[in-house]
Amino acid sequence: MELFGGINPAVLIASLMVAAVPILLAAIGELVVEKAGVLNLGVEGMMIMGAICGFVAAVESGSPLVGFIGGALGAAALSLIFAFLTQVLLANQVATGLALTLFGLGLSSLIGQGYVGIKPPLTGEVPFGPLADIPVIGTILFQHDWMVYASIAVIAAVWAVLRYTRTGLIIRAVGESHDAAHALGYKVIRIRVLAIMFGGAMAGLGGAYISLVRVPQWTDGITAGAGWIALAIVVFASWKPWRVLVGAYLFGGITVLQLNLQAAGARIPVEYLSMSPYLITILVLVIMSADKSRAALNAPAALGRNFHASR
Amino acid sequence: MKTGTDLLRVEGLTKAYPGVVANSDVSFTIKPGEVHALLGENGAGKSTLVKMIYGLVKPDKGRMTLRGADYAPSEPRAARASGVAMVFQHFSLFEALNVAENVALGMENPPKMRELAGRIRQVSQAYGLPLDPDRMVGDLSAGERQRVEIIRCLLQDPKLLIMDEPTSVLTPQEVDILFRTLRQLSAEGTAILYISHKLEEIRALCDEATILRRGKVVATCTPRERSAREMAELMVGAVLTPPAKNAKPKGAVALEVTGLSVNSPIPFGTSLKNISFAVRKGEVLGIAGVAGNGQDELLLALSGELKSARDAVKISGAAVGEQGPNERRVLGLVSAPEERLGHAAAPDMSLVENALLSGSVRKGLTTRGFIDWGATRTFAEEIVKEFDVRTPGTWVAARALSGGNLQKFVVGRELSQAPSVIVINQPTWGVDAAAAASIRQAIIDRAADGAAVVVISQDLDELLEIADNFAALNGGAMTVPRPTQGLTIDEIGLMMGGAHGMEVAHVA
Repeated sequence: MELFGGINPAVLIASLMVAAVPILLAAIGELVVEKAGVLNLGVEGMMIMGAICGFVAAVESGSPLVGFIGGALGAAALSLIFAFLTQVLLANQVATGLALTLFGLGLSSLIGQGYVGIKPPLTGEVPFGPLADIPVIGTILFQHDWMVYASIAVIAAVWAVLRYTRTGLIIRAVGESHDAAHALGYKVIRIRVLAIMFGGAMAGLGGAYISLVRVPQWTDGITAGAGWIALAIVVFASWKPWRVLVGAYLFGGITVLQLNLQAAGARIPVEYLSMSPYLITILVLVIMSADKSRAALNAPAALGRNFHASR
Repeated sequence: MKTGTDLLRVEGLTKAYPGVVANSDVSFTIKPGEVHALLGENGAGKSTLVKMIYGLVKPDKGRMTLRGADYAPSEPRAARASGVAMVFQHFSLFEALNVAENVALGMENPPKMRELAGRIRQVSQAYGLPLDPDRMVGDLSAGERQRVEIIRCLLQDPKLLIMDEPTSVLTPQEVDILFRTLRQLSAEGTAILYISHKLEEIRALCDEATILRRGKVVATCTPRERSAREMAELMVGAVLTPPAKNAKPKGAVALEVTGLSVNSPIPFGTSLKNISFAVRKGEVLGIAGVAGNGQDELLLALSGELKSARDAVKISGAAVGEQGPNERRVLGLVSAPEERLGHAAAPDMSLVENALLSGSVRKGLTTRGFIDWGATRTFAEEIVKEFDVRTPGTWVAARALSGGNLQKFVVGRELSQAPSVIVINQPTWGVDAAAAASIRQAIIDRAADGAAVVVISQDLDELLEIADNFAALNGGAMTVPRPTQGLTIDEIGLMMGGAHGMEVAHVA
């Protein structure tokens, strides 16, 4: 079972599932935020805040679980700044989101000063016993840490909530027309703030996964653009939860593949390989938005528009 | 059903916004089963008043009682719980959600989706308002959308149904169906608060009327006993003179459209299908149709914002289908779209700047790329003066003007450019009666001066008043224009597409 250059497909699939977890979580969070009609471009900043807060919490407590909770809380707290600026003070969402990214990058670097070079506590595999020993399937499905399974569960949960519950219906309604939702008596601002915090918490979980499992250590700028890829995945997925999973695994796959190709000594310059996930992100966005009517139909109609009750 | 105690009693309701008193000491009562009209011009305070009854706005002073008990809803949810439901003027619907989801959003404790779909079918049959719960609202006609709103209200078994300008988007046949439904509700004991400025409708439907002017109750009357003209003069507080039509013979063809077909650039929009017509100098062509049947697209295709086949649009014989708005302006075509803020005018720019934006070509306001601000300011001031735009000055942002005043400005801006072809969508939308009359007169005057005019409007009375020929848009196709004289309302309704699959509904 060996592809060219000694790449094992089963291992490749297993490792792309791991590689996809951060962008998967961040993207599903952003999907909920955008479904509520808010465009938060600060995903990268929230992810890196999650990465450092999760790292600090895990190191100080010695527990990866506490680390992930810490990461989610840290990023959610950062997202509250965004929520306050855009929902209460009605600041421009694009500019505020970009500022949030820059702020998050700087603040995380400051917090992380004393944590460079430290190893975080290990996040173990879920013990599936004999299942993990099944050839191929065992390698792909049953040799992961619990966050891999949790991330898929989050996708399923978001899908079910948006599709089948009243909460989901209200979130979609607010993102579709905040004026109509307001006229019917829904608290647009409150719903949006909660959505933004959920998005922050998910981005934080994704960030913490990078610093606690993927890398696992702390360096400045550790997220390396994962937040931007997550934003692209939401558009790629045309705001549909299961397509977020597909998109994240696709991008995770490209990331892993280029690493493997580098390791296997493929005769392509390393620079081209490392830029490939980002190039493909741009390419996908261009293709997706080429068909204007389709992209416009799927996007929440009130996306990026601020709401004020008097207008 | 007019005996028994009052259902809703409103006493001394007052609401002030910064700079304007929307309602001042408003009192009236509604009995169970009564159809009560609330009459007034735009800005008379009708909307604020019903928003207070529906709990969207809190009154500064005054009290309300519902069935004898104190009633002060803090939010729409409370109002709905007390049995007050409202159908909005600008629909409170979500285009990307289906009918059942839209209905569920307006209910306190909606049942399971499948059960709700069944109840929607049941109620829609009982009241002759057929509706498929699984359809996307974005794909529905205006009349069908209104049915969604009405059924959303009916499912909650309301005691008082508030309807804010419900007929402005309906064909005459759809209005008939709506009235039948409302009479049925009234006979069952549901009171209806009916807001409109269409007086003939109110005479046909309503038991009592309260007339508002500048936030105050100026009269109450029984509409059946008054003429429409009497009520109009009570509303306006002045004597009205209808515009005089231009009787001159028509000239040569100035605007010719042949086989115009373009795809709509608007999500959920309507594509134009093989439209052909010609307008002569001095002629006013009125194009009717329910909103969303291609009006916006037709305006875009005529103004040049939407390009078409080269020969599809001709101005005085010159084929301009592939040319943009400025090239068409050079040839004498001006246009005023329906959406005032953001389309006809840039909201945050001053009136002077807005005057420049469309006037620079025909009024020669730029020389070698430099703006002649002096001439532009004069142009803007002329518009303000001639069209009675109420504004502190021409330096204020377009956004700061009220809808009616901005409408006067954007229509005036186009009419003041000595055009040879004029295309206007909804010229008097949201403008009060006196101003509407002056805009209509200005349009007729331009036609008398030899301009070919296309007026797209959803106000049939307006079209019948000013148009020489009449056509209707329906699903992106246009009927053959017919002389306005001698057309009956029934014929017009059929031209507009009848009642959108409603013919069967009321047979039983």
